[in-house]
Amino acid sequence: MFRFLAGRLMVAAAVAVTLSIVAFFLLNLAVDPAQTIAGEEANALEIEQIRERYGFDRPIAVRYVEWFSNIFKGDFGESYYWHKPVGELVVERLPVTATLALMSICVTVLIAIPLGCAAALKPNSWIDRLSLSVAVSAQAIPNFWLGLMMIILLAVTFPIFPVSGDKSLYHFILPSFVLGASSVPPVMRLMRTGLLDVMNADYIRTTRSKGFFGLRLLTAHAMRNALLPVVSVLAVQLGHKFGGSVITESVFAINGLGRLALESILGADIPTVQMLVFLFALTFLALNLLADLLNAQLDPRLRGQS
Amino acid sequence: MTTTAFSLLFPGSFSRSGASLTPQDILVRKASTHTGFKTGLVLLGLLIVCAVFGPMVVSHTPFDQDLTKRLLPPVWVTGGTWDHVLGTDGNGRDYLARILYGARISLIVGLGAASVGAVIGITLGLLSGYFGGWIDHAVNYLLTCQLALPGLLLAMTVVFLIGPSLVVVICVIGVLHWTLFLVVTRTAARKIRKLDYIAAAQAIGASRREILLEDVLPNLLNQVLVIFTLEVGVAILAEASLSFLGVGIQPPTPSWGLLIAEGKDALFFQPWLIILPGIALFLLVVSINMMGDGIRDITDPESTTND
Repeated sequence: MFRFLAGRLMVAAAVAVTLSIVAFFLLNLAVDPAQTIAGEEANALEIEQIRERYGFDRPIAVRYVEWFSNIFKGDFGESYYWHKPVGELVVERLPVTATLALMSICVTVLIAIPLGCAAALKPNSWIDRLSLSVAVSAQAIPNFWLGLMMIILLAVTFPIFPVSGDKSLYHFILPSFVLGASSVPPVMRLMRTGLLDVMNADYIRTTRSKGFFGLRLLTAHAMRNALLPVVSVLAVQLGHKFGGSVITESVFAINGLGRLALESILGADIPTVQMLVFLFALTFLALNLLADLLNAQLDPRLRGQS
Repeated sequence: MTTTAFSLLFPGSFSRSGASLTPQDILVRKASTHTGFKTGLVLLGLLIVCAVFGPMVVSHTPFDQDLTKRLLPPVWVTGGTWDHVLGTDGNGRDYLARILYGARISLIVGLGAASVGAVIGITLGLLSGYFGGWIDHAVNYLLTCQLALPGLLLAMTVVFLIGPSLVVVICVIGVLHWTLFLVVTRTAARKIRKLDYIAAAQAIGASRREILLEDVLPNLLNQVLVIFTLEVGVAILAEASLSFLGVGIQPPTPSWGLLIAEGKDALFFQPWLIILPGIALFLLVVSINMMGDGIRDITDPESTTND
């Protein structure tokens, strides 16, 4: 178990470092940070002064090492656009996006797992076809459009939910549904195929012959094995929710990390954007690691591999 | 030995229906009984015809503004006229013409970006699957990195920094969507590498490049075609998202994502400005996905019997 964990951790750390390099170089080579701070009307002298004051005249590799080592000291850099430490901005907005991400994963689970199970228990029935069409449609509906449709239907025509904002948990219901819906197809398909495989396994036949049927059979015997791959896909999907919150947060005017990312990009705010790209990647890697661990815990056979 | 020669030598060894069926016949028969594939094909065909010929047939251009005719409703809403069947937008431009023209943008971006992704993914997949070893490890590492990247955020950043244009949007979306091509190509290339006909090609002195391009690649086409179709749909949605956020196709070019973004301000009183391009987007992507799923079902048993 320890070797398994150590191996995974090393790969994740290497990927994290690589991605920090990608994020930093991509942004710092594409834009001249001094020009961005100085603004459009600045003359060459002013830009030169800013370059010296902020240390942009040093080689980019040196600046990268400084930026990356500062992260470990808790210094995420200073935003040019918001005139605030990036760390402060992230801490302010993180709870909002975390709430949205967690609630939307709950929505995914509540829709995808029951539908996937029902489809697997009665293959080729109407419920199977219904769940398949739900998956096909959800895959083809653009996220931002679903959000606007929900607002038109459930906030304007029938004013049940608020149009936008993030003041209470009630405000998060529509956005979570929209963000969660995009993960329904992969999770549902996996639940269906996983459970179909398990239901055809020998041990389920044995259990049936012992007199276990229906819900009891499902919860006590079949689900345990069928849920294994679903758990790891849910972790991956949760990772996507952080990066994917950009669209939902902009549709519903929610002040989270996604909106911060969009506004920072439009303001060419390099320190904030590079930090967010890095943090989203880090979140994804951490959740993936967690999924691997969870799977290894549940299925000892996996520990031997790689 | 061909099937006909075989059945001449051994009459009655094939049933009548089986003897005349070539693999192509079986494909056609399967395709003609697959409801999802047929629906997708017909719908997609219609949409492509609309995209290609629509803007020529419609009496308005998607760019001509007429400020005296702003925000006209579609013909089925009171106040609508047959002159502007789907009404007009906030600048008095004909909405039908803009939506039809937008179909072109979506199709161009979808096909273009999926092609860019296919070239990257297939190249890496062939190399890592066929050669294995350190190339495989390197490609695998690249894959892990790509999967951890927040794709949409990166695409937004790069498009914004380079400056948004059709070509930039296509390239950026393509560069971020190659992982499925890689995975499928690599798995298949690994399998094919061990088959006898590759050994035979090596024995007659074919170079590695010849083997990869002439012997391995053609046998992957089925699976690559399925991924390509599905990625066209994914790319179309990605472009719509970028344009919706203002970091994709720029006005006045009528991209569907942009139309929806422009209609956002009229959400309370002119909801059709949002609803109509969204429906178009949905129909296009759903028809492409149905075709992709259909192609997978139709070609899948073939490839498993060949393995």
